[in-house]
Amino acid sequence: MIRDYFILAWREVHRRKKRSFLTLLGIIIGIAAVVSLITLGQGLENAIARQFSALGNDKLIITAKGSALTPGLSIDAVKITQDDLKLIDSLAEIKKTAGVIHSYARIEFNDHVRYFMVMGVPTDPDERVLIGETQNFHLLKGRSLNKGDLNKAVLGFEYTRKELFEKKIELGDTILVQEEEFKVVGFWDRTGSPPDDQAVTIPLESYETILGEKDELGLIIAQTQSGEDPIIAAKSIEKELRKSRGVEEGNEDFLVETPQQMAETFAVILDIVGLVVIGIAAISLVVGSVGIMNTMYTAVLQRTKEIGLLKAVGARNKHILLLFLVESGFYGLGGGIIGVALGIVFATVVESIFVLVVGPAFLEVEIKWGFVILTVLFSFFLGCISGLAPALKAAKLNPVESLRYE
Amino acid sequence: MEMKQALHREKKVTKKKPLLALRDVWKRYLMGEVALDVLKGISLEIYEGEFVAIVGPSGSGKSTLMNLLGILDVPTKGKVIIDDKDISTLTESDLAELRGKKIGFVFQQFNLIHSLTALENVVLPTIFQGIPEQVRLERAKKLLARVGLEQRIGHRPNELSGGQQQRVAIARSLINNPSIILADEPTGNLDSASGKQIMELLLQLHVEEKKTIILVTHDQSLVSHAQRVIRIKDGMVEKVEIRGEK
Ligand SMILES: Nc1ncnc2c1ncn2[C@@H]1O[C@H](COP(=O)(O)OP(=O)(O)O)[C@@H](O)[C@H]1O
Ligand SMILES: [Mg+2]
Repeated sequence: MIRDYFILAWREVHRRKKRSFLTLLGIIIGIAAVVSLITLGQGLENAIARQFSALGNDKLIITAKGSALTPGLSIDAVKITQDDLKLIDSLAEIKKTAGVIHSYARIEFNDHVRYFMVMGVPTDPDERVLIGETQNFHLLKGRSLNKGDLNKAVLGFEYTRKELFEKKIELGDTILVQEEEFKVVGFWDRTGSPPDDQAVTIPLESYETILGEKDELGLIIAQTQSGEDPIIAAKSIEKELRKSRGVEEGNEDFLVETPQQMAETFAVILDIVGLVVIGIAAISLVVGSVGIMNTMYTAVLQRTKEIGLLKAVGARNKHILLLFLVESGFYGLGGGIIGVALGIVFATVVESIFVLVVGPAFLEVEIKWGFVILTVLFSFFLGCISGLAPALKAAKLNPVESLRYE
Repeated sequence: MEMKQALHREKKVTKKKPLLALRDVWKRYLMGEVALDVLKGISLEIYEGEFVAIVGPSGSGKSTLMNLLGILDVPTKGKVIIDDKDISTLTESDLAELRGKKIGFVFQQFNLIHSLTALENVVLPTIFQGIPEQVRLERAKKLLARVGLEQRIGHRPNELSGGQQQRVAIARSLINNPSIILADEPTGNLDSASGKQIMELLLQLHVEEKKTIILVTHDQSLVSHAQRVIRIKDGMVEKVEIRGEK
């Protein structure tokens, strides 16, 4: 017979459309915020996970501690070197290694000076595959770096536009990196990630001469022999590096990680951001909830006489309680449905804009129906809970007093 | 007047046990510091099938008395007995259930729910008794036909005249097949033609269905139909007149 309560409550909500809509507004905003922010956060996480998994499961990434997430900014940090790379390469579990390094550098062209990321990369074809250059970067025009290239550069997509230096850079042009001349031999196609699209790729050897200490590397990627467990390989790399660098276990000044572990590190950071975001959304939900409570108190007051009548025709306190709970639940449900829909629309629009402006690499929005249904249910219960105090008040009203109420 | 003759042919249906009884009932309202005794020691008995009129000046306590008879309220002092049960032994929830099953209210102000249609208003009391959907819809339609509103079942109260609204209210009071109908000035807000229709309906219920009817009214012509007239003054029973066949 719960259906009857739904019908009765619905009639009332329907009759007061304007007030109902205003009540819904708070919940709609709160739920829309929760849904769009969570969906977008998830989309970010998806994209990052995909980027890392593109590296493959048989790869290990070795970095100096603290530098992985802020490449080039860890000025005082201990470095990873060519010696480390040679050591790792010599291990039985490891098939191949490659090192890269990057930092921000002064770039000059057309009498303009700007600062962008410069990547020092190996020129050996196998090593280029290993660092993922071939997966993530595709040539737009010109050529990529070849063995023996010195003072040659391949530029990111953005340099093909005139915005960066008020003038397009063409193949064969010369740019200055840290006041050293480099000849542009190629351009990468757009990747969608702004730092990558603004990067200058030069050979490791050239990087060392203009930017680095000798033999210094930003990170090493090591590929395990097929059939080796990457976790075990990581352990043995850690052991050897501890020995050669003279550090105790637990005090390592370096990190050996699988792409998955790195992705998880990012996920943790995103989760923290997500918590903050959910906190903000929770505040708007509280506001919405207070709105429902307020509306329901008003409804109880306005319908005091009706409540008296219901009691006169045999409604018990629990019936009145249920009736008002269902009504406030309706507000939660309605706000939830509209809010979820708006949230999804918003997230999708943001994704489209993102793809349009910066490319597809950073956001992969995915609608999870389980999450949608859960959110709507949550909103329904939030409505019920918001209406609890007013409903209890209604249930406890004295029938005679209520009938006399004008 | 067929109805009146029918009424007079009626045998007095008093049985040994009263359906409802008040024993030295007091009702006191506290208004801040001041205590107001609205009912001052009323004792009376209502028997099954009776038609009782309660009359008296405005403010004399008639509505308060009706609320006690309808177990919508409890006395400050004294006993209210329904079906041999002292209501002071019952819980609020028991009283609501008993009220829903045994008593039908008809108010001066109709008290229909505005968001519901005539049919839904009539069905309303069955919701709290858990009566199956099909049964209650049929019953409600029958009752609306009986009060002459079969053409109006989908109308909202604000689309009905006062007389029609009161007829919906009467249909509603009958839906759970109660034995007692309490009507507190049911014609007080109606023109005389509509009032007369309502009165005929109540009489019909009394004669044809042996419903016990307790009626508060100022209308002398209505009072004349009652078998017993209880005159209230200042919270006390001033006089009881027995009419019709004794
Ligand atoms: N809930 C209440 N609180 C205070 N006073 C009340 C209440 N109900 C009734 N009264 C007072 O009791 C008196 C009798 O009221 P009522 O029973 O409605 O009289 P009647 O129906 O005969 O006109 C009136 O003076 C009224 O103001
Ligand atoms: Mg009155």
